[in-house]
Amino acid sequence: MFISRLKNKEKTINSLKVALKFFRSMALLVFMTIWAIGFLIAFLPPEIISKTVGPEAGFKGVILAALFGAIVLIQAFIAFPLAGSLLRQGASVSAIAAFVTTLVMVGVVTAPLEAKFFGKKFTFWRNFLSFLFALIIAFIMGEVLS
Amino acid sequence: MKKKFSSLSFLFLLLLSNIFVYFLNPKRALVVVMTSKNYLLEMLSILPPILILIGLFEIWVPKSVIEKAMGQSSGIKGILVSFLVGTATAGPLYVAFPIGASLLRKGASLFNTCIFLSVWASIKIPMIFFEIKFLGPDFAGLRLALTIPSILAISLLLDTIIKRSQKYEKV
Repeated sequence: MFISRLKNKEKTINSLKVALKFFRSMALLVFMTIWAIGFLIAFLPPEIISKTVGPEAGFKGVILAALFGAIVLIQAFIAFPLAGSLLRQGASVSAIAAFVTTLVMVGVVTAPLEAKFFGKKFTFWRNFLSFLFALIIAFIMGEVLS
Repeated sequence: MKKKFSSLSFLFLLLLSNIFVYFLNPKRALVVVMTSKNYLLEMLSILPPILILIGLFEIWVPKSVIEKAMGQSSGIKGILVSFLVGTATAGPLYVAFPIGASLLRKGASLFNTCIFLSVWASIKIPMIFFEIKFLGPDFAGLRLALTIPSILAISLLLDTIIKRSQKYEKV
């Protein structure tokens, strides 16, 4: 930033304008997304996830785990310990793999934001394909590791 | 204009439901507000520097550079560049959206932009260590090994689907 200012004042101001424009176009949606995340975390606490993805969940558990991962948005440093403890409690490898993979790749809550930048079609297909491949990854891992 | 209105009404809906939840279960409503506040603070600490960087990027980096590195005919090099840019950076996925959009405008191909987004989301060095620690090296390693080809396949399919639908719209 400082270097840019030294080199060319006008360009620096322009780049700040671009940043501001981005901020303005994002602000409302970001605020909404964050609020929605707040709701999700309050109503879908880790305990509920544990119950659904737990030991006795079979094929249905894998799908549910993937759906959970797609919807919730938790940081990796909370998600991995949770996934680890579920695995030790006896959850299936495929369910955990599905959960972790969709957790990072698919974001239902952030979809409106993504659509704003890339369009609805791009957003839908990227999330849909990621979900599909997460299931494939999950099943292969279940076969190999158990 | 209409779009702005609908997001405002959605915001209003969130506010209403928050108040509604407060009457049913005050503690839970507080949790909603608190977690939202935490996320908002986190967001506010990450976003401004990223946006300033994007602004600088938009103005200073010429289109031809990105076009050459990540454009239609960038081939394997483009894939590698997208992978590197995706892993080297940090931050949640919503930060990657404006960056990806910026790359796309500067001439990166759809295929490479999708690789960039997916890699950003799923492959991060500190995250891999974290996964190894909690889920074991077998689990983390195999998942990584399967994720990389999946990302390529997803991006290829996405690219094909979007291009086909654009062609269709033109006809």
